[in-house]
Amino acid sequence: MNQAMTSIDGLADPLSTPLSELDVSDPRRFEHDTWQPLFERLRKESPVHYQAYGPGGEGQDGDFWSITRFADIMEVEKNWQAFSSEPSIAILDPEPDMILQMFISTDPPLHDDQRRAVQGAVAPKNLQEFETLIRQRTQETLDELPLGETFNWVDKVSIDLTTKMLATLFDFPYELRHKLTEWSDAATSDSRITAGAGLNIDERRVIMLEMLEAFTQLWHEHKANDRESFDLIRLLQKDPKTANMVDDPLSYLGNLMLLVVGGNDTTRNSMTGGVHFLNDNPAEYDKLKADTSLIPSMVSEIIRYQTPLPHMRRTATRDVELGGKLIPKGSRVILWYVSGNRDSDVIADANSFIIDRPNVRNHLSFGMGIHRCMGNRLAEMQLRILWEEAMARFKHIEVMGSPTRICNNFVRGYRSLPVRLHAR
Amino acid sequence: MPVITFVEFDGTEHQIDADSGLSVMEMALKHNIPGIDADCGGAAVCGTCHCFIDGGQSLPAIDPQEESMLGLRPDRSASSRLSCQLMFKDEWGDLTVRLPEYQM
Repeated sequence: MNQAMTSIDGLADPLSTPLSELDVSDPRRFEHDTWQPLFERLRKESPVHYQAYGPGGEGQDGDFWSITRFADIMEVEKNWQAFSSEPSIAILDPEPDMILQMFISTDPPLHDDQRRAVQGAVAPKNLQEFETLIRQRTQETLDELPLGETFNWVDKVSIDLTTKMLATLFDFPYELRHKLTEWSDAATSDSRITAGAGLNIDERRVIMLEMLEAFTQLWHEHKANDRESFDLIRLLQKDPKTANMVDDPLSYLGNLMLLVVGGNDTTRNSMTGGVHFLNDNPAEYDKLKADTSLIPSMVSEIIRYQTPLPHMRRTATRDVELGGKLIPKGSRVILWYVSGNRDSDVIADANSFIIDRPNVRNHLSFGMGIHRCMGNRLAEMQLRILWEEAMARFKHIEVMGSPTRICNNFVRGYRSLPVRLHAR
Repeated sequence: MPVITFVEFDGTEHQIDADSGLSVMEMALKHNIPGIDADCGGAAVCGTCHCFIDGGQSLPAIDPQEESMLGLRPDRSASSRLSCQLMFKDEWGDLTVRLPEYQM
């Protein structure tokens, strides 16, 4: 082996290795944060790129196309007729005996009915009802943090806050809320997309069934205790189209998983990313300290820069041409949001973190089109409140060492970020 | 020159001279009218420039892409439009654009 061909993450060098020998989906590039050169090369040399093998196996079992430019991703998002969200929105095919039916992996009209039923819960009008509670819970969390000593921001802030938020959204027993995080983590830790680090199918199935059981009980409790509430379960019960969802356990579980995962990893990792990016870019942190009215704009920039879900998948329903390539019917088509968000053809100086950049909301982290993230305003609100409350308390949140990241190609996230707080 | 009146959800009105060649969304942004976000920049793939137009103007028909996004709005009504899809034409005359309670 030629040592010079191997990069610091132990993977083949992304610039000198023939593209056909590189696995674009290798989760270790996200773990080591060395994904950028490969995607930059793909955007330049092969923006619509076929790979003959993947996490699911060789040939038809696992081959996939990588779409890496902003404009091409938009085109695919727009064309949901040719690029279906069935049967899966992740690179892996669903397990045949447990096809979770979540609306994110369906197409209209079923998608629209189910989505409309829960969309009300996260509509900005309803969010105003939640804002006071979210702020209060954020304040509690921040007030309990130690000053002047090093601790892990991921555990004490990001996980703690997103877990509290999820419990609020489902009106889930508050003292058992840590279960929500466990289930969410299990849902995205398939060992085939985590370089073997995650759970196997049997382990995941046990955890998913535990979640289904708990939520089935919760459904019946909420039903019996029919008070005025905007939680997601009661909203499903109120809508005639989803009022009996509990009778279809796979559909119920699938939708719950979507809402739990959607409200967990994404916000959690953006909460950590923000601290990390501000410390890496002190001039931006200074801008924020001088003018906290930049918080809403900064929140969008954090979400772009983090891109907590690096990809979504579509499946071609017919032969379709994209960027001069013919994508055959049945192909897995991976939209690498993480790459589109660094495409300097659309986003000026895309590799820089700039909290007051123009058109800051024009990023791909929420997806585009009919599957665009439904909880986007909720996520932005949570992050805005966190930063408003953090800036009011801490003169500086100092990063004390390098972050450690998770090994996963579907969730770009952190395991730890050591920080020390300096009080105002 | 036709006048566009934007009416915020709370009733606040903003009148601007129409700028033919721009979309209604672009005019709202140019004049800093609150209530239009336009996250996707005008491609009809985010739905955050939703508005209501009650007048009987011969506006261009809603195409399938616009429809697919409007269809997801909890506050969809018969007068719902995505303002990014309305490239202004002088022959429409004066236009009243009501803004929704929220964008999402």
